[in-house]
Amino acid sequence: MPSTVHAFDAVVVGAGGAGLRAAVELSRQGLRIAVISKLYPTRSHTGAAQGGIAAPLGNVEEDRWEWYAFDTVKGSDYLGDQDAIEILARESVDAIIELEHMGFPFNRTPDGRIDQRRFGGHTREYGQGPVRRACYAADRTGHMILQTLFQQCVKHEVRFFNEFQVLDLVVRDGRVAGVVAYELATGELHGFSARAVLFATGGYGRVFKITSNAHSLTGDGLAIAWRRGVPLEDMEFYQFHPTGIYKMGILLSEAARGEGAILRNDKGERFMERYAPTLKDLAARDVVSRAIHQEIREGRGIGGRDFVHLDFRHLGREVLEKKLPDVTEFVQTYLGLDPAEELVPIQPTAHYGMGGIPTDVDGRVVLDERNTPLPGFYAAGEAACVSVHGANRLGTNSLVDLVVFGRRAGRHMAAFVRESDGVPWPSDAIAEAADRLESLRRRREGQSAAEIREALQTTMMRHASVFRTKESLERARQDVAELKERYQRVRVSDPSRRYNTELLETLELGYLLDVAEAVVVSALNRTESRGAHWREDHPRRDDTAWLKHTLLYRGEDGDHRIAYKPVVITHFQPQERKY
Amino acid sequence: MRVKIHVRRYNPEQDPAPYWAHYEVDVEPTDRLLDALHEIKWRVDGSLSFRRSCAHGVCGSDAMLVNGVNRLACKVLIKDLGPEIRVEPIRGLPVLKDLIVDMEPFFEAYRTVKPYLIVDDEHLPEREQLQSPEERERFDDTTKCILCAACTTSCPIFWANGRYLGPAAIVAAHRFIFDSRDQGAADRLAILDSRDGVWRCRTVFNCTDACPRGIQVTRAIQEVKQAIVSNRLRGDGRAAGAGAAGRAADRLRAE
Repeated sequence: MPSTVHAFDAVVVGAGGAGLRAAVELSRQGLRIAVISKLYPTRSHTGAAQGGIAAPLGNVEEDRWEWYAFDTVKGSDYLGDQDAIEILARESVDAIIELEHMGFPFNRTPDGRIDQRRFGGHTREYGQGPVRRACYAADRTGHMILQTLFQQCVKHEVRFFNEFQVLDLVVRDGRVAGVVAYELATGELHGFSARAVLFATGGYGRVFKITSNAHSLTGDGLAIAWRRGVPLEDMEFYQFHPTGIYKMGILLSEAARGEGAILRNDKGERFMERYAPTLKDLAARDVVSRAIHQEIREGRGIGGRDFVHLDFRHLGREVLEKKLPDVTEFVQTYLGLDPAEELVPIQPTAHYGMGGIPTDVDGRVVLDERNTPLPGFYAAGEAACVSVHGANRLGTNSLVDLVVFGRRAGRHMAAFVRESDGVPWPSDAIAEAADRLESLRRRREGQSAAEIREALQTTMMRHASVFRTKESLERARQDVAELKERYQRVRVSDPSRRYNTELLETLELGYLLDVAEAVVVSALNRTESRGAHWREDHPRRDDTAWLKHTLLYRGEDGDHRIAYKPVVITHFQPQERKY
Repeated sequence: MRVKIHVRRYNPEQDPAPYWAHYEVDVEPTDRLLDALHEIKWRVDGSLSFRRSCAHGVCGSDAMLVNGVNRLACKVLIKDLGPEIRVEPIRGLPVLKDLIVDMEPFFEAYRTVKPYLIVDDEHLPEREQLQSPEERERFDDTTKCILCAACTTSCPIFWANGRYLGPAAIVAAHRFIFDSRDQGAADRLAILDSRDGVWRCRTVFNCTDACPRGIQVTRAIQEVKQAIVSNRLRGDGRAAGAGAAGRAADRLRAE
């Protein structure tokens, strides 16, 4: 198999918000960097984020970073690390002003400043009522972040390797030497020798059947790091966004509820009043997602079925056109409904992994509970776990995470690269990846990746989503183990080298299976309910036993090793969570 | 419902020339065309190759020629296409395999127009630069572009002359030319006032019809043409639209 080795100072894998923000930082500092993406950068899933990006700018009403930090800690169900959250809350202001300076087209107040709106879980004075904290560009905030950062990369002449699938992280003598990637266009393998590598490879929503996530979100970075001995942190915490389009999972932004849309059950009741008397429809996502499921279970889904309604009718056409144009269009295109006049069927949709590759606040990947770094290895964005989202992420905080920690990772990498003498590229690094790829390509018997993937998504949705029990999770674990077994005999029917997208999907399925396993094993282990992890057989949060992060290591033979890391608590002591 | 899907296929590793492949699949009328293509790929023929990612019209991966019109496969529903559907790669870019085309010439044109905010970095304020809602509105439409190439590859001028920068690149330029914060309008207008720039546009409106984001592409091109003309008349290097916007921003700062 033909192959090439490229030498760079640093390599960024993934070209969404975190990867591009880091790339801008690295290229501004004059380093030779490469960005590897399995898509084109402008197609990364950051572009699908709709509603907003939080920062306590105080442009439309009083706000303070301390209130924002508190909301994030509370939203996280006290599992977020408060040192990291403090950085997120403080640096969000500067990160957003910087985006504005790069050209980001924020919606504006009448006096020309960045406009702000409400979002779930964001409050004034430590929970007293909703606050306008989310900066936005209509309901395509993520699209504009992705475009703006890509534009800056064009300006700085960043070198992109588009449609390259990362296959391996190369580690030698306890240090990172680079990555191996597969060029989709040709089928060739490429080594990227680098002193520092950032994984900003995004999430893994495709382990579930109903998801807001792109087809490309298959947990590649997480699985590759895990296979190389890096633990995965807090994988039991997976967020379901309350308002996905029924059956399709396409997201209808929380900005809809921020602008005043209301959830209603079969009786037309605004049921969130019962579950969250203060913030109602703007409670945190885990709370709202569970409330919807509860209504459905108690027979108040629409027509007794498994969805409820989102009601936009009182907002008026102008708000829909000016502030929610994409949401309006999704409803029209995919449901054939006019949200100005008709109720919209929604159900919770798999949305965001709070867990991921453990890092410190500078994006350095850490290997254990003592935060020992793996020199040269960095992670940021949804692939990483800092952890600022803890057990449940607040809306708008994924975008803040990308720009704050993408920037910090870029800065630290630049300093590291300057001080580091680098690791020689191991001559056998590519051969190893080539063997695995070739054996996959040659298999002509067995099941297709599509069949196995569908079975995986079904079992994860049924047994490991919003509500979980020991029994359901054990069932999911068995199913995943059996599917991994079947994956050993997966069949790739397309023999071609050029754009073999079937081979790509088969690789991706391998990553999905690993990540699903991590989710299920972590969830089985945590016998409490916290944030998005809801165990019906352990319905209470248990701070005595479980105020700690899970670190799950991959075992060679299906066994796993679990370690725990303390939660960093600075200002806010855990208390009962009420909205 | 059962639909017939005819797909223009070509794998240069093995096929001497492109050919039509025919499939019949069962899909729901409310399914996306993308769902039908997945049905083929996942159950009938794994070698069928196409790009896709977000599956709801915001990433721009799956632009293709559908029954003779450029569409995103994830944004067009089966019920709106009828029982026989013809799917081909977008035109004017080299076909690499099946529905996958070489996007490099497209992004090359994009890069040519300096698609980033040009400002005097030394004199940026500590907080945000001010911009009125009206100034912001001026370039709102062209910020929607997802670079899917549906517009550029629906343009007969681009088919005839691949050096024409094309609608998407002009949209990218427009987005900055009319941004009151930007100081690079003159540069961009000079680039677009060239042989392969805006004057190639014959106002056919194919681009506007093709845009899955509803951008008034032809109108944006016309506005850029007007800006070039008034820029020439004024001769002061500032674009007409941006100039007016810039003055409004000055007023806001003074207040």
